Amino acid sequence: MLKLREVVKNYVQPDGGVLHVLDIEQFDVAEGEQIVMMGRSGCGKTTLLHCIAGISRPDSGRIWIDGWDITLMSEAERDRFRAEKIGYVFQTFNLLPGFTALENVLLAMRFTGRKVDRARARHLLERVGLQHREGHRPTQLSVGEQQRVAIARALANRPKLLLADEPTANIDTGNQAQVLELIRSTCREENVSLVLVTHSPEVASQFARVERLEEFKRAAQTKQREKVG
Amino acid sequence: MSLWKVAWRSIQQRALASALTAFSVGLGVALVVAVLVIHNVIDRSFRRGAQGYDLVVGAKGSPLLLVLGTVFHLNLNRPLDNIPWSYYEEFTEGRFVHAVEAAVPVCTGHDFKGCPAIATTPAMFDELTYQDDRKYEFTAGRNFKADKPFEAVIGATAARLTGLKVGETFRPVASGPGGHEDEVDFEIVGILAPTGTPNDRAIFMNIEGFFRCPTHQQGPSAMQRVLGGGAKEKDAAKPSDSAPKADGAAQGDAKNEAKSEELPATERGLFHEGELPDDPATTENRPDSGEMRDAPATGAKPDAAAAAAKPGEQATGSKPAADGHDHQCDEHCDHDHAHDHERNRELTAILVRTNSKAPHFSMSLPDAINREATAQAVYPSREIFQFFDTVVGNVQLMLLILAVLVVVVASIGILVSIYNSMSDRRHEIAIMRALGASRLIVMGVILLESILLSLGGGVVGIVLGHGLIGAMGPMITDQTGVQVAMWDFQLIELVLIPGLIFLATVVGYLPAAVAYRTDVARSLQAGT
Ligand SMILES: Nc1ncnc2c1ncn2[C@@H]1O[C@H](COP(=O)(O)OP(=O)(O)OP(=O)(O)O)[C@@H](O)[C@H]1O
Ligand SMILES: [Mg+2]
Repeated sequence: MLKLREVVKNYVQPDGGVLHVLDIEQFDVAEGEQIVMMGRSGCGKTTLLHCIAGISRPDSGRIWIDGWDITLMSEAERDRFRAEKIGYVFQTFNLLPGFTALENVLLAMRFTGRKVDRARARHLLERVGLQHREGHRPTQLSVGEQQRVAIARALANRPKLLLADEPTANIDTGNQAQVLELIRSTCREENVSLVLVTHSPEVASQFARVERLEEFKRAAQTKQREKVG
Repeated sequence: MSLWKVAWRSIQQRALASALTAFSVGLGVALVVAVLVIHNVIDRSFRRGAQGYDLVVGAKGSPLLLVLGTVFHLNLNRPLDNIPWSYYEEFTEGRFVHAVEAAVPVCTGHDFKGCPAIATTPAMFDELTYQDDRKYEFTAGRNFKADKPFEAVIGATAARLTGLKVGETFRPVASGPGGHEDEVDFEIVGILAPTGTPNDRAIFMNIEGFFRCPTHQQGPSAMQRVLGGGAKEKDAAKPSDSAPKADGAAQGDAKNEAKSEELPATERGLFHEGELPDDPATTENRPDSGEMRDAPATGAKPDAAAAAAKPGEQATGSKPAADGHDHQCDEHCDHDHAHDHERNRELTAILVRTNSKAPHFSMSLPDAINREATAQAVYPSREIFQFFDTVVGNVQLMLLILAVLVVVVASIGILVSIYNSMSDRRHEIAIMRALGASRLIVMGVILLESILLSLGGGVVGIVLGHGLIGAMGPMITDQTGVQVAMWDFQLIELVLIPGLIFLATVVGYLPAAVAYRTDVARSLQAGT
């Protein structure tokens, strides 16, 4: 389903130095598979998700999603592809503040070429337990509720892949488990592959497959030396 | 969920700032609307004034002042010069009779409580029309009668301003500093229905009574010598007499006509005008004037025949005025006095409707008049048009440009307002992009927001502008005689809509470009 080969992403620092963030030789996720990506802060987890989502472009390498090589696509094509195939949940501030819960879900549908499916939007809100809150603005929802709306929205266009960047980091422990369970169960129901980034070993422990981003780095030592030099 | 709605939500989110921005555009648009409507009001009031007659004949001088003074009843600093009463008779029974359908004498220079009081004959309302050939109507009473020298009628606005009602009397006052009240009371016998012309603001009194007023020597200087010859008047009083006579003269002259050119004929006419004060000359010299009358028909008998058919109508046309002279002599027995004065009667102007059935005469009439020393003939519509286009038009163009500039400045307010909010909405844009919105879509949302603000402001402005006009309507009507309704839309206001959209697109472009260039990855990081 998701296949990365030789993906390299570097950032040029303000001081002129080059920061090697990503250097992944091979990374695969099967259809419907749910994995956790861990790693120390600043190791490039968010950058990886951005590259997979097509928000950022790797400097080199190939990324296939559902058989499509997004590195060959133009930006506009990637935008459309993202709208149709990829759901994204951030750590916080997922929702557009001016729109109600329902409108946030409907808006996601707006950017695909397909028709807006109100019934599905309502069904998803019901699925995350917020059918009675569909008219509420984000400010009228708790952080946990906002994350649930974000999950519903990420699944709105029946994506193939859900990317979740520390979706439970800002939620209290009780709700953490609930939100996490919601993500996992809905992905299972819709047969969506899941890549979930987290710092929490507790969260990671629930997944069958846990990866550490550092381990994907080729010749990490060499690069590190270059950087210092 | 359309992009319009997305843009609208964005406006709602910043409701106060958006409302203020739109309102500032609204103020500019209201200004534009006000200028447009006022432009139209002035245009209408100027162009409407002179309908129902196509020539104004008055003393030589500035054609524009003649028109402003007689058509618009403007109180000019210097009173207009006068023309002799006998010249008016050229139109009712003399040389020009075939060239006119109606000729109405007017004397200006008096007012009452700020409303111009004009001395004229009942023909003003019986024979002349206003706007598109509409007949004057009275909301109360009737037209004044030629044989009742001290009757008067009052325009709708003047009636409101002065409070005069039917049956009440007033004394006209000579306009200008030190103007004396006439010692003559005129009785209001009718109130005119509103016409939307300058006549709404005026009072019209019987010229007979006006001429008899003993004190109005204090009026316009040229009024010093008053009233005119009785014998001549009596002649005029018998249209059935004078018409055939004129007719006969015309036919008699037709024989001589073939050899004389039009120009020499009128030049001779000019010559004989000099002798006019000697009165009987008028009738005797008529053969000469007959020349002028027939000149255009030279070599074209059917035309002459058509002209010959006119006098009958002509006579009826001028009847009320003629009647007036007749009755005046019946009522007031100071004949000698009257004779004395009528000879020296003077007029400010003659409003002339030319004979549409004899275009040859009508068209040569102004030339014939202008060649002579006595008077000038002015096409009021032409003077108004020129005046409007050069003076008024330019002032209004300036106003319009200023108003448009206000809209432009207000639109730049939209730019500033949206641009300032761009840092706040960077994260929102990044979320939309992460959801799959393209750069063009987020750019479009910003442009639509700008357009919505400016169109919203436009609607506010149009409502505000028309509300303003509606509120000022009665005042405008009082000042100009033009009725303006609150929803008196100008077609040109439709230009505002594409204009505003264009402006909004231009000013929205800068923030929209910022949206277009937003770095999604970095903006998402910034939010979290
Ligand atoms: N646009 C950029 N320009 C330069 N450097 C960047 C840019 N974006 C990220 N980086 C750097 O790349 C590195 C990886 O960042 P990234 O956000 O992917 O880390 P992360 O693993 O998600 O960290 P965290 O766990 O704290 O969220 C960081 O050192 C960051 O400073
Ligand atoms: Mg991160």
